Amino acid sequence: MKGQSSVPQAGIESTLGDARLQLAIYTATGRLIDHRKKAVSEEALPDYQELRRIAHELKRHTIENLDYYLAQVERKVAERGGKVVYCEDGAEVSRFVLELARARGERLVVKSKSMTTEEIHLNEALESGQVEAVETDLGEYLLQLAHERPYHIVAPALHKTRYDVADILTGSLGVERETEPEKQTKIARGVLREKFLEAGIGITGANFVVAGSGAVVVVENEGNARLSSSAPRIHIAVAGIEKLIPRARDLAVFLKLLGRSATGQALSVYTSFLAGARREGEADGPEEFYLVLLDNGRSKLLADRDKRESLYCIRCGACLNHCPVYRKIGGHNYPWIYSGPIGAIITPQFHGVEQDPWLPFASSLCGACAEVCPVKIDIPKVLLKLRAEVTASGARGGTERRVFRVWAWVMAHPWWYGVLGKMAAALSPRPAGGGWVNKLPGWMAVGPLGSWLKERDLPPPAEQSFRSQWERRRRGA
Amino acid sequence: MREGARERILGRVRTALGRMPGEGAPEPPAYELVVRGPGPGPERVRLFVERFEALAGKAHMVGSAAEAGAKAREIVAGRSVVAVEHEVVRAAGVMEWDGDVRHGFATGEELRRACAECAVGITSTSYALADTGTLVAMAGPGEPRLASLLPPVHIALVPEAVILAGIEELLLRVPEPDEGTSSMVFITGPSRTADIEQILVRGVHGPGEIHAIVIV
Amino acid sequence: MATGRVSIFVTCIVDQVFPRAGMAMAEVLERLGYEVEFRAGQTCCGQPAFNSGYREEAAVVARHFLRVFEGAEWIVVPSGSCGSMIAHHYEELFPGDQEMAKRARALEGRVFEFSRFLLEVARTDDVGARYEGVVTYHDSCHALREMHIKEGPRRLLGKVRGLTLKEMDIAEECCGFGGTFSVKFPEVSGGMARTKVASIVRTGAEAVVSIDSSCLMQLQGALSRAGVGVKTMHLAEVLAAR
Repeated sequence: MKGQSSVPQAGIESTLGDARLQLAIYTATGRLIDHRKKAVSEEALPDYQELRRIAHELKRHTIENLDYYLAQVERKVAERGGKVVYCEDGAEVSRFVLELARARGERLVVKSKSMTTEEIHLNEALESGQVEAVETDLGEYLLQLAHERPYHIVAPALHKTRYDVADILTGSLGVERETEPEKQTKIARGVLREKFLEAGIGITGANFVVAGSGAVVVVENEGNARLSSSAPRIHIAVAGIEKLIPRARDLAVFLKLLGRSATGQALSVYTSFLAGARREGEADGPEEFYLVLLDNGRSKLLADRDKRESLYCIRCGACLNHCPVYRKIGGHNYPWIYSGPIGAIITPQFHGVEQDPWLPFASSLCGACAEVCPVKIDIPKVLLKLRAEVTASGARGGTERRVFRVWAWVMAHPWWYGVLGKMAAALSPRPAGGGWVNKLPGWMAVGPLGSWLKERDLPPPAEQSFRSQWERRRRGA
Repeated sequence: MREGARERILGRVRTALGRMPGEGAPEPPAYELVVRGPGPGPERVRLFVERFEALAGKAHMVGSAAEAGAKAREIVAGRSVVAVEHEVVRAAGVMEWDGDVRHGFATGEELRRACAECAVGITSTSYALADTGTLVAMAGPGEPRLASLLPPVHIALVPEAVILAGIEELLLRVPEPDEGTSSMVFITGPSRTADIEQILVRGVHGPGEIHAIVIV
Repeated sequence: MATGRVSIFVTCIVDQVFPRAGMAMAEVLERLGYEVEFRAGQTCCGQPAFNSGYREEAAVVARHFLRVFEGAEWIVVPSGSCGSMIAHHYEELFPGDQEMAKRARALEGRVFEFSRFLLEVARTDDVGARYEGVVTYHDSCHALREMHIKEGPRRLLGKVRGLTLKEMDIAEECCGFGGTFSVKFPEVSGGMARTKVASIVRTGAEAVVSIDSSCLMQLQGALSRAGVGVKTMHLAEVLAAR
């Protein structure tokens, strides 16, 4: 566990000060907002709210009975000729993959986009075990070449321009500089096609694990997850234990919400429902199938009844797109690979609230995230709980608590409240002509007032508070 | 070691939820799968065509398997073809074309090489979903996974009878897809990406061009 | 004419900084025939502590509020945010205290955000106001998403003689205030305010109207810093104008 982090002030300021990046984030998320809005409109999906309600209920039911469904999927996968492998953490996953690769004599792994494997830094672990792991989603591939982590759950390379991409491709592959996205894509396709046909192992994530079918469901647009799961001899799907849903029919609910919430697509281009390895009579497909079920802190989250719903997330990214904070600070100022509102609620639960005590406070609690969440996670509610946990842990220091204690005492003592209000009104500078305060004397421009004035003008307190005016009016009447 | 992981994880999950080993679960929340949209017939076909084309797929309507073959041949325009062993594809006469038409592979490796080398893959489809313009490919003897994936152009022959209203009807008809196949793939338009500056590029890993020849 | 007595909770920010919004609210209520009472013991709803993670301290303030407003039939608040704090969050401040939780719960049907009180209790959308000018309406987040107040204020503005409402392209987007967020993350908060200001300016309105004074403080602060001559007005001020 790392030491306690503080607000990444430098990163935030550099993101805010980068006009190009600001435009890129704003445009990309804005487009995703528009697409989603159309896709869930009354005309396009009249039962949208009902679907959200059912999705929430289905997730709740599965999570509340998770051990039952884990046992069921284990049995079902075995029936379909595959094997479930439980892993406590990333080290266990990489050990499993490396041992399997060694036993089968495989040296090359193709990977499709998976936040779960990002979470455990699987690529690095495999590389250090002499197994090459290649990301095959275009955005992820570019980031792997650039040695960066995803900027966004759904659009990982959202922060890169075509010129950045040209630099990455030229720098890493030695190809001629090309700035047209279409041609850049072709270059990547060529390189990756070779890898797909050569690799002995394909690793995918899973958007859903269907307990009753022993199947994983992988949703994508490019075809790289289809290739990763069907071209190599071995397919390994890595999923968090929370990804389970009860039955195949429940996909009619979740698939209708996922694509629409993520990109505004009624269905993403490819949805693969994969139940075990290739069967007798099938012309192609993997000979071996493994489903890795990863805990990595999830069972710890389950223990908190009030915050358990954080595990309902289907990783659509809608909360990021709609979050005015994410849209300002981007993805890389969040301490973990999960950014935006969902990152702000799950990171502290995975890592402990003491590690990034500032994170649950980096929100105006506007609630736009909860409004668009397809599984109705009450993100502001969880943020508020986490804030209370942070203060209880003492990670914010004693001064703030003392300030709030005094403040609460004053608020419960109206006479003092009135007197202090009058004092503030008397002390406050008042710009001539009745405008707002632009600047305070140095001794006053500290703490919250100083922070406020960095960005905005400040209203002076009223010369006559409401209570004084009311009292005067009452007497006059 | 990993066996230990299983017991530890399940143990923690049960403790967190306050459940006993082997405890059952109540029925999942009940809800109905409602089939919407036009029933079987020309309206449904029209909707499929409309939605398929809205996603930049190209749909063609023909009156018979033979006509489907002729249409496919026109699209192929002499390029190399990998054709799957499916009765609809056979009835369309694809296997009898002269030129580079590969089918009937002895080994998986041969099939794979053909898919990797050919310009066009010709398949049928297990089902199609009208409301999303989706092809449903269930892997089986007549439906390899790679024929609709590796060639840059994919042509699917779609008999009208396999067109369903949408995903609800599919899952009502096939509630346990895992019983019949190890792989069911929904194909909704050509392969695409918007990873660079949100600019749409087709054909990133899968086919950039996709045709549905609907046999009505 | 409506009759009855309403108790107003003006909120600390209106009391100390924007008293004219509170006076305007009282004036409109009196115009409708209500007897308006201001219980002098009132202070704050406790939200700053609650949102900062200090629930015990928030509970101290909530307890005080409950004491002050004991027996009030209707409590009208010129704020969606404070109103939502009282109506929706007080209960969670008293875990394990059945009696207090019950008292908190009992508030839910009695605490009304001002515009909602006009529409749902006074049952009027026309209070006889006249305001010459073009305004735009800012949806405050807690009103919009916790209390589902969206059309109500617009309906009221629609009946104001002489007033033209021009919608922003991002009326529902947060202004960036967020209580202590505004001073814990000033650059982010300021950036959000500027995004909103740009949208306000695009409407060509001369005033931005909201039902929350805290949002208006953030917006006016940013407008004033940017030197933009758009003013901010509480909905009550518009409705009190004749």
